[in-house]
Amino acid sequence: MSYEQDPQNVTNPEHDEHHVVSPLQYTLVFVTLLTMTAITVAAAYVNLGLLNPVIALAIACFKACIVVLFFMHIKYSSRLIKMTVFSGFFMFFVLVMMTLTDYMSRAWGRY
Amino acid sequence: MSTIVSLPDQRTATLPKKSYLNNEQGLLSWLLTGDHKRIAILYLISITVFFFIGGAMAGLIRLELLTPQGDLMSSDTYNKLFTMHGVVMVFLFLVPSVPATLGNFFIPMMIGARDLAFPRINLLSWYLYTIAGILMLTTMVLGGVDTGWTFTTPLSTHYVNTHVVTTGLMVFVAGFSSVFTGLNFIVTIHRMRAPGMTWFRMPLFVWAHYAASILMVLGTPVLAITIVLVALERTIGIGVFDPTRGGDPLLFQHLFWFYSHPAVYIMILPGMGVISEVISTFSRKRVFGYSAVAFSSVAIAVFGFFVWAHHMYIMGLSNYSAMVFSLLTMLVAVPSAIKIFNWTATLYKGSITFETPMLYVFGFIGMFTIGGLTGVFLGTMGTDIHLTETYFIVAHFHFVMVGGMLMAFLAGIHFWWPKMTGRMYPEGLSKIAAVITFVGFILTFMPQFVLGYLGMPRRYHAYPPEFQILNVLSTAGATVLGVGYMLPLLYLGWSLKYGAIAGDNPWQATGLEWQTASPPPTENFAKTPVVDYEAYDYERLEEMQKREVTTVG
Amino acid sequence: MDNQAINETLGAGALADGHAEHVSLPQMRHHFETEEQQREAASLGMWLFLLTEIMFFGGLFMAYLLYRNWYHDAFVAASNTLSIPLGAFNTGVLISSGFMMALAVWAAEMRKKGLLVVFLVLTTILGLVFMGVKYVEYKEKFELRHVPGESFDISRFVNPTPEARDQQHLPVDTARKTELFFSLYFVMTGMHALHMIIGIGLLVWLIARAQKGDFSAGYVAPIENFALYWHFVDIIWIFLFPLLYLINIHPGR
Repeated sequence: MSYEQDPQNVTNPEHDEHHVVSPLQYTLVFVTLLTMTAITVAAAYVNLGLLNPVIALAIACFKACIVVLFFMHIKYSSRLIKMTVFSGFFMFFVLVMMTLTDYMSRAWGRY
Repeated sequence: MSTIVSLPDQRTATLPKKSYLNNEQGLLSWLLTGDHKRIAILYLISITVFFFIGGAMAGLIRLELLTPQGDLMSSDTYNKLFTMHGVVMVFLFLVPSVPATLGNFFIPMMIGARDLAFPRINLLSWYLYTIAGILMLTTMVLGGVDTGWTFTTPLSTHYVNTHVVTTGLMVFVAGFSSVFTGLNFIVTIHRMRAPGMTWFRMPLFVWAHYAASILMVLGTPVLAITIVLVALERTIGIGVFDPTRGGDPLLFQHLFWFYSHPAVYIMILPGMGVISEVISTFSRKRVFGYSAVAFSSVAIAVFGFFVWAHHMYIMGLSNYSAMVFSLLTMLVAVPSAIKIFNWTATLYKGSITFETPMLYVFGFIGMFTIGGLTGVFLGTMGTDIHLTETYFIVAHFHFVMVGGMLMAFLAGIHFWWPKMTGRMYPEGLSKIAAVITFVGFILTFMPQFVLGYLGMPRRYHAYPPEFQILNVLSTAGATVLGVGYMLPLLYLGWSLKYGAIAGDNPWQATGLEWQTASPPPTENFAKTPVVDYEAYDYERLEEMQKREVTTVG
Repeated sequence: MDNQAINETLGAGALADGHAEHVSLPQMRHHFETEEQQREAASLGMWLFLLTEIMFFGGLFMAYLLYRNWYHDAFVAASNTLSIPLGAFNTGVLISSGFMMALAVWAAEMRKKGLLVVFLVLTTILGLVFMGVKYVEYKEKFELRHVPGESFDISRFVNPTPEARDQQHLPVDTARKTELFFSLYFVMTGMHALHMIIGIGLLVWLIARAQKGDFSAGYVAPIENFALYWHFVDIIWIFLFPLLYLINIHPGR
């Protein structure tokens, strides 16, 4: 859909600005990722009981988030792309959560 | 029975000199095409082949069930037949039927685009489908698979020595074919609409395909990984679903049905899209409640992901979880019902005519309603415990899939045949075929509801003698149904050479595809259309016609 | 951006007022109206494909979640046989290769052919290093007979060797459940490795084309979209590493 035919961009308001992420931003993300990796390995050696898997997963989620936002440019993408990414992860959560309704409640009501 | 008021004079209609059919010559120009219309025709041919293969298996099944004893074939052979009937019909016919043929052909045209977003991926999709088809034939030749199309573990992983892995590979490849089609549609619909073609001006056919495509993209990969795990379990012996090694067979079912329930919506939504188009055209009226129908399509797609465990109530699912899924199943029926009400309201005060596509639409509305209602009975845990794994289930899904989806497919094929081929099919014979199909269908599958209610289990090749009369009725119906399906094959083929020439818009339908020649040129539109009107705008169509008549003089 | 920066980035096609002239790229496909439409369509298409990958691996993560919960002790014991240093090193390698790939995208957008090729080559080398380490890890598992199937051997779990001080000896039926851990380990890392192999293959092809100059004249979509794929494979590993390697607390080893 070209600019001449649709200058108000009525039919495709989902255009994104073609933003170029700078190498400095990439380097910052890279260093953060390495640091978080070190933290997650270190945390595995400390006994925090139930918190251990929580912390490991939380750090992994954070790392994934910054990869998605910066390396994969989602921060600068159109709403359409953002919704697409969100729907993918949402569907994964539905798969896990609703399957867990079965597994977690199987023993309920039994002695 | 009258025909449409003021049909254009087809005596003067001519075939265009250059269309997508004769634009390039030679087999390679078809096999290496990027043109979505040619790919749609390639799909139509392949799908028809596999439909009749699946149909032949159905015929053999019904033949065996004529008598209570298992006398026509051994139980193993019977198991193979119903398994392969299911696999072929679901993966090689129902899933790709409307999207890959009519969707491929018409979605770009309906939104004013020149092609789909990724023509080469579209072609790849067809090749993957063909490879899946060849794998299926290989399985059949090698001796078949007998686990049921649902591949339930641990039967499929440990207790059969038939060709599960080959069939699994076939399902995997067919799944990718489906994913690529869906992906193509989503990108095309988001990014390639013509100027002025906003979301709410698109035909409802496009909305329906959009919803089905979301299901294809998000659901199919889960089936893929499940099949991979089953194959690995059979070959190298990982024990993910093996209870003796600590695995849970029910995990397989969760992952399998996570796709296979949305799969039924993948199958029906495009058919519902066809219904919207045909019912509007042959009532000369816009679809009642456009937004409701559009949002219902998306709602069916979204809710369809939340209900899969209603296939697993008796399998050892937690009762509390089953209650949650049962409640959600009640909810998912609502958008389908909304659509039926809206289509009925479309008919009200419309100028209804009874062309063949419209006959199939009436069949759809009746049969899908019955099938859908019986689905609600099955979604209720209490009744499901008695009715599951009986012929009630078989009847339910055949009502929605054959009485619903297949009728919608035939409606669509007949409706758009003039556009795709430039020829009209013989109307009298096609009406007879539609009625034969309808009668055959009722005769085949109504008795199966009774059989299921009375307790006859499914997937059994021998049954107690008191069920015989109903089985005989069902087989008789199947014969009639077979005739009903053979007829379109014959007269549609005949019409390619001898049918009346159709002209641009034989049905006087709205929609951008009807403003091109029949068959359309390769580039679809000489100039990208600019759209400033709503869908189903019959008043505007009449205005255009009046202006045309006065200027031709 | 000032004019000089614009001219640097957009090159010859830039006009004085800073907007690029509408030069049609040779890779423009004619069913699209504009290049922007083509680029956005390709990007959306790649993201949709990545959604299928999320759901594909999602099934495996679901299986993992379930069995880790059911057989925690067996999973702990089995996970202890994996080498954390190797896993952490591999994680660093993959993160670095992702960084290189991101820089490659930047180089393509800046139309710097030489840098683009360098970054692509570095990405590939780091990917190959990852595969090399994985090969070492797999080899060790084969030697210890920890591969699920006929030859699976639980003796080290029932009677741990003296070197494995922290390994408690497991009762036989719990020890048997370690096979499930290894099933998931091999399927999950194996699937991931398969995706890496495909990625490396594509990288080789991209390097060849980049060397010819295909991607330094404004047509960056293949590099951008491949980068999305590569980062996604990286994200899978970001989750696999803590889930498979860091299950339990290793008392100061």
